[in-house]
Formats: sequence, C-alpha cells, structure tokens
Amino acid sequence: MDFELNSEQQMLGDNVARLMKQRYDFEARKAYKATPAGFSEALWREYAGLGLLGAPFPEEDGGFGGGAVEAMIVMEAFGKALALEPYLETVVLCGGLIRHAANAERRAELIGRIAAGDLRLSFAHAEKQSGFDLNDVGLTARRDGAAFVLDGEKGLVLNGDSAGAFIVSARVAGERRDRDGIGLFLVDADAPGVTRRGYPTQDGRRAAEIGFAKVRVEPANVLGSPEGGLPVIERAVDETIAALSAEAVGAMSEALAMTVEYMKTRKQFGVAIGSFQALQHRASDMVVALEQARSMMFFATMSAAEDNAAERAKAISAAKVQIGRSAKFIGQQAVQMHGGIAMTFEYKVGHLFKRLTMIDAAFGDADLHVRRLGDRGSLFA
Amino acid sequence: MDLRLTEDELAFRDEVRAFVRDNLPASIREKSVAGRRLAKDDYVRWTRILAQKGWSVAHWPVEWGGTGWGPVKQSIFLDEVQRGYAPEAIAFGVNMVGPVIYTFGSQEQKQRFLPGIVDLSDWWCQGFSEPGAGSDLASLRTTAKRDGDSWVVSGQKTWTTMAQYADWIFVLARTNPQAKKQEGISFFLVDMKSPGVTVRPIQTIDGGHEVNEVFFDDVRAPLDALVGEENKGWDYAKFLLANERNGIARVGISKGRLDRVRELAAITVYGSGPKIDDPFFRARLASVEVELKALEMTQMRVISNSRRDGKPDPASSVLKIKGSEIQQATTELLMEVVGPYTLPYEDPEALTNEPPAGPDWAGPAAPNYFNTRKVTIYGGSNEIQRSIIAKAILGL
Repeated sequence: MDFELNSEQQMLGDNVARLMKQRYDFEARKAYKATPAGFSEALWREYAGLGLLGAPFPEEDGGFGGGAVEAMIVMEAFGKALALEPYLETVVLCGGLIRHAANAERRAELIGRIAAGDLRLSFAHAEKQSGFDLNDVGLTARRDGAAFVLDGEKGLVLNGDSAGAFIVSARVAGERRDRDGIGLFLVDADAPGVTRRGYPTQDGRRAAEIGFAKVRVEPANVLGSPEGGLPVIERAVDETIAALSAEAVGAMSEALAMTVEYMKTRKQFGVAIGSFQALQHRASDMVVALEQARSMMFFATMSAAEDNAAERAKAISAAKVQIGRSAKFIGQQAVQMHGGIAMTFEYKVGHLFKRLTMIDAAFGDADLHVRRLGDRGSLFA
Repeated sequence: MDLRLTEDELAFRDEVRAFVRDNLPASIREKSVAGRRLAKDDYVRWTRILAQKGWSVAHWPVEWGGTGWGPVKQSIFLDEVQRGYAPEAIAFGVNMVGPVIYTFGSQEQKQRFLPGIVDLSDWWCQGFSEPGAGSDLASLRTTAKRDGDSWVVSGQKTWTTMAQYADWIFVLARTNPQAKKQEGISFFLVDMKSPGVTVRPIQTIDGGHEVNEVFFDDVRAPLDALVGEENKGWDYAKFLLANERNGIARVGISKGRLDRVRELAAITVYGSGPKIDDPFFRARLASVEVELKALEMTQMRVISNSRRDGKPDPASSVLKIKGSEIQQATTELLMEVVGPYTLPYEDPEALTNEPPAGPDWAGPAAPNYFNTRKVTIYGGSNEIQRSIIAKAILGL
C-alpha cells in the first residue's frame, strides 16, 4: 500500500496548480463565465499544450500513459479553482465511453483529437423521466441498413451547447428500462436534425436540452456493440464519479481554507472570531469531514480501474455517499461561519457551496447511493 | 500510488487471520463474539499464545520482543486480531508504559519490567486521571516527596481501568509544587502490593466493574521507581498519550461488530421478516460501513505519513474522533437488531446459572451500548481532540 505520487504525477500536479494560480483567480473566472461558451477556450488550448487533456489515457489509445490518478490530480486542482472547462465531460466521461466502447482505431483517433484540444464532447444520456437510472433510455435508434436513425430528446447535457459532438445513448431494442438494447452513437453537433437549447446552471456552468429528429448515424460512428452499451456507460460513470470526488475534495479544501483564513482575520467583540471555541470545534469537524472525503477519493480512484463491476459499483457508491455528506456539511458550514459575506454573489465561498451541492446531486445523491450500497451487501471482504 | 495491499501484505493478512482462527481458544472467542466480559485469565492466556509466536508486543523494538514489522503490517495485524475477536492487548503495558520504559527508562528498568509486559506476567494500570484532573491532566495533585532512600507518594487516582487485576501502576505525581503546573511532574512505577495502596471499585452504568479509584496513603517506593529525569514526567506523559492514540481508531473492532450485526440481522425476525430486509436499517448499516471504510483509509494515510517524519501526527485526533463515533454507532446498530430483548438486565458480576430471559445473544447488547459511551470521553475527550485539531492543524 502506497500513497505516494510518482515524479511525473507530482509534476502534473505542480503544473496544474501553477496554472490555476496564475490564470484562475475568482475575478478571472467571472470573465471566463461571461463568454458564450461559459469557459475559457484559450485555457482549453493551454491544457492541451500542458498535456492535461491526454493525461488519463493509455499511450496506445492516443493518450500520455496515465489513468485515474492523473484525472484525480487534475480534478482536485480544478475543484479548488472552480474551473469551468468541460474536463470532466470531455476527457473523463466521454473519454471513458470511447475507451471502453470504441475499436482500437477509433479510440486512437478520437482520444488523439481530445488530447490535442480539437474535440470537445458531451454525453447526451439523461432524459426527462430517467432520474439517475442509467438503464432508463427512451430515445430510439432505428436500424437503416448498417446505419441507425435517432429520434428523441436528451436533457441536462453538460456543456451541450458548446460541444463539437455528442455521444448519444439510444434504445436499439427492448423496453425503455431494459438493461440490454442500449447503443452509443457519436453525433456531430451540427448534424442535420440536431437542435439544442443551452442554459446556465446553478453552479455557474452551462448545459443544454438537445433534440434529435431523424438523425442519421453512419456505421463508423456506432461505438461498440449497438445493444450492449450499458456496462460501458456504468463503467465510465463510475470513473467519472471517482474524478468528481476529486473535484469535490478540491472544492471542500478551498472552502475550509477560506473559512479558516476568515476566522483568523474577521474580528467581532474585539477579537478574531477564530478564538471562539464553538467555531473552532466546527472547523475541526470540517477537517474530519474533509479527511474522510479525501480518503474515499483515494478509494474511488483506486477502484475506478477495478474490472469486477459489482465490486467497483460498491466502492464508487461508498465514495459518493461520503463525498456527498462531507460536501454538504463543509459547504453549509463554510457559509455559516463566514456569515453575511458568504451570501453575496460576488464572493467565492457561496459558489464553492453551490458547486458542492450540485456535485452531491450529480449521478445520484448520497441517499440514493447509500440505498444502493445497502442492497449490495457488506463493503468489507 | 497503489492503495491495494501487496502480495506480501495479503499473504501476511491471511497468515494472521489463520493464526487467530486456529489458536484463539473457543471459549474466549465465544465470549468476545457475544460481547461478554473477559476474565483476567482470558487475557493472560491469549497474550501467552501470542508471546509464544513472538507477536505479543509487535510494534516494540526487536531487542525487547518486537517483530520488526513496518507500519502497514502492524496495522494489518491489529485489524485481523481485532476482527477475529481476540482479546485486545492490555494497552497500559504494551502501548503505554512499555514504550516509555524502553525509550526513557534505565537499563535496569528495561530488564526488570519489559519481559513481564511481553507475557503479561506483570499487569499494568494507569495512574493519570484524578478527581480534579481529567481533561486538564496537568492540574493533578498527587505528590511524591523524596525521603531518604525512597519516594513517598500521596494522593488519589481515578478511572483506573482494571486496577483490580494490576500488579503495577505507572503514576504521574507532582515533585515540584513551586514549578509551573506542567513542569513539576514526574513519572513513577509503583508496586500495587505496596502498603498504603487501596483499590476501590467504581461501578459503571452498564453495571460492570471495569474502573476503580486508587488511593495512595504515604506509599513508599524505591528511588529507582522514577522513570527518566525528575520533573520531566509531563514530556513522557505526552509521548505516552500520542502512542495511545495509535490504534485508537479500533477499525478491526468495529468491523467485527458490523459482522455480528449482519449475522444477527439475518436471523432476527420481528414482525414481517428479518431485520436485514428493512431498507431503512440497511441504509443505516451501509452509512456506518462507509464511514468505517473511509476511516480505514484515513488510518492508512496517517500511518504512511508518520512513517516519513517519525513524529505523532495531529491527524491521529481525526482517527480518535471518527473511530470512537463509529464504535458507538455500531453498538447502536446492535441494539436495534436485538430489539425488544435488550430490556432484561443481567448482572455482569453475578455468578448464576439462570438462563437469560431472551435469546442468549441479546443480553450484552444494551450494556455494550451504554459502556461504549466512554470511548468519546477517554483518551482525550473528543472535544479535546477538536481543540487539538483547531490548534495544531488549523492554527486557530
């Protein structure tokens, strides 16, 4: 058992941290957010140049030889800065779908384009009725020779209004909630029949509702088995939850650091409020919550590469429970201990709180995952 | 970064697991599983089995009987022994006074006392807390005065765990009443059979006899009862308390109790079906498991950290807080599983052949729950730990 990062990983961490420090103070973030895409296209190019976009992929797939640990390192730094670029959506989630579904040739091509910064992808999966059930897919894919024709609607597609292409899940066979019969299709954002309506999200990002009307998909853009997509989706989502837990840990550690700094400088009754034991102990509870979350970030990162789907799902659910609960506690208490200033839109802590709140809700909140875990038996072998 | 156990570590885990399974006497295991109190002989018997194997003081220096295992193996060992329902080592000797003696004691003290801890032929208890000195330990009032060729110890200690079994007690006593309160304290080793030592039991809320008051009425101890330097006892006490917090997470014990919760929840039926089928209960159980998994990882992180700089880590306060809360949560789950037959009270000290009123596994659930409230109080209360975190980690 070894928690040490190797020298390449340490360098990656230093590079991202330096870039975030130079380019991502909270004022700069406001400017990035105000652009049509809602993030910095220029920074996306810099990420490519620094090797961040290809970091978590094997070399034979067009990446730079890393994996879940590299994604963790990048996402933790992004979490601290509240970075807006669609790293999670493009690199981790869609990258994961491509890696697990596409053939070798397609993998190398698509991941190569992602790594170079030339392709930003969003996963068009959720539908109005699906909640957090990954198997609930109603959008239809009708066979037309070797090609498919997609009809239906997808919602809450993260960064869907600026993505160059989508990976769309669609029902090829069976009933809406069947586990079998789901396919994954690569669709250009400007393909005939695609319509999209973008909107801002609570956490300062963007998403879109996307319509697909008789959208034709050529055989080369069918990713993997057209009826066996669900295990791929589950695996990529598990990897995404692991990376998301790193983003959450970054955001939590920033919220705690800001809170402690504020406790040392804010004076009331003639003394720094950090001298009050009631607040000290609350801050200590935030430390406990953060360290427990960080431990589960490591556990999730380690488990993301687990091939046994049942074991992986248990580990990821456990991490999501801890992350969700720690995020809620730390986010709420960071606001409480800052007092009124945290309620203002111009101050960063409130935005950390909002992002943490949305991270808990993403891919199923703590209560949902605790129920799943309860149904799956003991965590301890 | 690779958080999996290595092949070597996995093999070691299996070896320890098999050893506990094959060598722990069935009568002891049954009592532990049921949550019943162990007798002095149970501890002695098991310690001697471990000592035979060379494992009774695993983390000590090899020259005094330690194993030379690294921190990960020590942690695996502790985890497996605890989860296998083996009695815990008597911490007062193995984790507290032993390391103080081999770190600060004289050669004579090492030779006289360390072997008796290895095989538990000397049972130690801890003379720290006093009626007026709990969290504020440095305000202790027991005194030791030099008189000719002996020390004379006077005062009262309390919450002295298993003093009724003890051969020796290590005592913090004030040797310089003029000095600032931390600076006039010394560390002594006192024979419990000395004239003037009186042990009086304190019955705890579960009805058991675990802790005691210990009175020192002008007790004479030889000059070499002093450990290290006079008036440096507070430093040794801090060293001891930092060691005490190692292993305080009690991950293996909580795992063992959760195993028991699952086992009983599968067979207890109240109303429509087994308890384990109640989704609300299952969710609560899963929540505790998540916390425990996180704690296990946190403990590994603290261990691999301390491996680098050698000093106790204030993060061990995190382990104390979370570990104690989880222990309490597991006893609550067990109460919930046992259900209505938590009600009858069995006197733990009474010798009786009366069959229990309910199932024979029901009796200890409530006493264990009541008794386990102590874990957030002892070893530096959780509030003290929060103050340590605020000061040492956050700089508040």
